[in-house]
Amino acid sequence: MQLYQATLRSRLLLGSARYPSPAVLAAAVQAARAEVVTVSLRRESGGERSGQAFWSLVRALGVRVLPNTAGCHSVKEALTTAHMAREVFGTTWIKLEVIGEDDTLQPDVFGLTEAARLLCAEGFEVFPYTTEDLVVAERLLAAGCRVLMPWGAPIGSGRGLNNLFGLTALRAHFPEVPLIIDAGLGVPSHAARALELGFDAVLVNTAVAQARDPVQMAAAFALAVEAGAAARLAGPIEPRDMAAPSTPLIGTAFRG
Amino acid sequence: MKIVVNGAVHETAAAELSGVLGELGLGDAVVSTAVNGEFVAASVRARTPLTDGDRVEVLAPMQGG
Repeated sequence: MQLYQATLRSRLLLGSARYPSPAVLAAAVQAARAEVVTVSLRRESGGERSGQAFWSLVRALGVRVLPNTAGCHSVKEALTTAHMAREVFGTTWIKLEVIGEDDTLQPDVFGLTEAARLLCAEGFEVFPYTTEDLVVAERLLAAGCRVLMPWGAPIGSGRGLNNLFGLTALRAHFPEVPLIIDAGLGVPSHAARALELGFDAVLVNTAVAQARDPVQMAAAFALAVEAGAAARLAGPIEPRDMAAPSTPLIGTAFRG
Repeated sequence: MKIVVNGAVHETAAAELSGVLGELGLGDAVVSTAVNGEFVAASVRARTPLTDGDRVEVLAPMQGG
């Protein structure tokens, strides 16, 4: 899988938030065999220096980091956060989130396309968190994005692929663009389904971090993603309305 | 003078942004800074003057999805 200049083997990207402990996060990243981990920026206090410890942990994992602009509600906030992230994390990758609605954490696609245009022009490699809307996708690509991250369902909802028709249409419409399902997956079968439909990868956070055993769930997602990708290559059959006997009828006993 | 650091009022004796980080015990930390909503690169903190009421953000790596 090619994401900008990077060639990746793993089709499972992992979020780093909401784990019971840093040690569990580290073990989950390994169990997921993830090569990309998303990170964020938050206010640092001199007393706690919690960000410093977190950064040491992530660096020791040896993975590529994908900083996000989570929590940004305007183009201006997203641009400033992207600049700050580029400096701290030393990467031009940015998972661009411009949130437009607090109950669904739905992207503000107007702000998103504007921020994407400005950041791409500055040399950022933008991973926009978007919806399955085809027109928005077209605008993001015109803005310079080379990867799209459509939501499966609202962040943290665990509902899976909420709009199967829309996501299938998106995949069909942009066959050459790396598409990563970001947000809303709940169980490994959702991830397998995404890969079976031809999506290139999935990004999972809450479904792993909040599972009773995050490390085991990370391993389960890794298997699901592999299964889905293999199934896609193998060429699934088309569903049909009527039964079709799998055992040959020729030579059936007691007939005729 | 009084400035606002990460949303809280901070009395500072520093004239530049780099001095404020030192006061906070973050002089050596991996952080990124903004003043009044504008990103300030690490390389120019020492020559970024502050004035009364400035809003400073000091951000560090954190867990994210």
